[in-house]
Amino acid sequence: MTTMTREETEALIAEVLEVYPEKAKKDRAKHLMVNDQSIEQSKKCITSNRKSLPGVMTVRGCAYAGSKGVVWGPIKDMIHISHGPIGCGQFSRAGRRNYYVGTTGVDTFGTMNFTSDFQEKDIVFGGDKKLTKLIEEVEMLFPLHKGISVQSECPIGLIGDDIEAIAKKGAVTIGKPIIPVRCEGFRGVSQSLGHHIANDTIRDWVLDKRDGTPDTSTPYDVAIIGDYNVGGDAWASRILLEEMGLRVVAQWSGDGTLAEMMNTPKVKLNLLHCYRSMNYITRHMEEKYGIPYMEYNFFGPTKIIESLRRIAGFFDDSVKEKAELVIARYQPMMDAIIAKYKPRLQGKKVMLYVGGLRPRHIIGAYEDLGMEVVGTGYEFAHNDDYDRTIKEMGNTTLIYDDASGFELEEFVKKIKPDMVGSGIKEKYIFQKMGIPLRQMHSWDYSGPYHGYDGFAIFARDMDIALSNPVWGNMVPPWKKEVVEEIAKAA
Amino acid sequence: MANIMIRTADSGGLTFYLPKRDLEASISSIEFDTPEKWGGELKLDNGGIYFIDPIARPSRLPISLRARRIGAAED
Ligand code: SF4
Repeated sequence: MTTMTREETEALIAEVLEVYPEKAKKDRAKHLMVNDQSIEQSKKCITSNRKSLPGVMTVRGCAYAGSKGVVWGPIKDMIHISHGPIGCGQFSRAGRRNYYVGTTGVDTFGTMNFTSDFQEKDIVFGGDKKLTKLIEEVEMLFPLHKGISVQSECPIGLIGDDIEAIAKKGAVTIGKPIIPVRCEGFRGVSQSLGHHIANDTIRDWVLDKRDGTPDTSTPYDVAIIGDYNVGGDAWASRILLEEMGLRVVAQWSGDGTLAEMMNTPKVKLNLLHCYRSMNYITRHMEEKYGIPYMEYNFFGPTKIIESLRRIAGFFDDSVKEKAELVIARYQPMMDAIIAKYKPRLQGKKVMLYVGGLRPRHIIGAYEDLGMEVVGTGYEFAHNDDYDRTIKEMGNTTLIYDDASGFELEEFVKKIKPDMVGSGIKEKYIFQKMGIPLRQMHSWDYSGPYHGYDGFAIFARDMDIALSNPVWGNMVPPWKKEVVEEIAKAA
Repeated sequence: MANIMIRTADSGGLTFYLPKRDLEASISSIEFDTPEKWGGELKLDNGGIYFIDPIARPSRLPISLRARRIGAAED
């Protein structure tokens, strides 16, 4: 399908919203926009970070998901207790593919589920005793853990347990940090507030613990912030930074440790990948420790080159030179990949619907392959995310905030992209409609997609999805004959 | 009164950040901008106006301050 004009896109939005009752229609209309690159301020044309409408099927998560699942969960040498009933922790266990090295159950705990497994009596009489006991048991069974975080689920806030007091007492007993996190699911409209709460607890309970200790840093120390090492992303990014002469002392939080977080205030530059989930802590470090931060993008060679040069700009000439060497070294590999896949993928249209940073960051990688992103949207973005997105997207493309299942389906039916990039909840609906889908949360069990090495895998995966012969066989053979006969008769 | 943070924007101007509502906007004008007296009314590019008590110009940004909103809340 050809690119739509502004009027056509507007008409499409109006048509899709037609089924809603008046009030819902008015509300949802504010969350959908036709892109206009001349706009500086997204809030004039899109509303975001608002409560989802009752009755529409949102795909958002809760604050607990944002804290335990995203920010805290990947810190591998700590034990993250899902405090409350068992389900929240169990259903979110190890689903995000945050890779790490270590021996699970001995010195690392990333894929394990620790929970206080609340029962009715805990709700009635409070769960404080249980939490104390749990902390003692954890210490006995897993003595090599470096600390504990208590991730509150909904009931904790409702019954008003004092987890801060338990945490303080417990920390004295076991002699390790225990961090209470008030990330009950009902706080905020999506997982986004959970990120913020988690950042704040890191600020209050972790970050200043090594202030005043001897500074052993080098002038080239950096931290990777907001890379969750999904499928090894942070590793693929880290090697590039190391090759250009920087020392990566911390990874937040994929494959990260508590000690790395405590050492971060000594770095020279914070490199921020996922702005949405970790901008809070980098802002804090900028103010308190004077550490500048920079948003970068390691998806696809164009953006990687741009980012590497900007990162090098913060350092001396030796780093700048090495950055150019890195770029030159990988260029032939990139050229080969683009030569191989671009002819196969050229002109294909993609629609995205993800969270965090991806709806805008991946656009460049698709464009490197000659593909075009015709629609994009976030589950839980704020206006500052849309400010940054408007410039990345083509004019008159469609942008949707907190899209419901219905809206997304209708948009895809009308826009007819060649491929959709979204999550597991969308995957099979669209594949049954005959449109290939790649999961862009978990990289569809593949990855990494960051960095030069990641781009090679990204390009291959997109080709695999699009060139799969199954898409030519969507009509079963017995129906095909009828179709052909009708065609012949006509 | 709300806690806000003012930082230097990549483009060189000032940005305003309100953590409580995750609101980020550029400051289009600042009432007092001399080394001795800095602050006062901050006009934001999103239409909002905030007031901070004038202080000596901070030697380093970003800085967290208390601010009062003047006029209606912007989205
Ligand atoms: S909303 Fe509450 S009960 Fe549901 S998963 Fe989140 S923390 Fe658990």
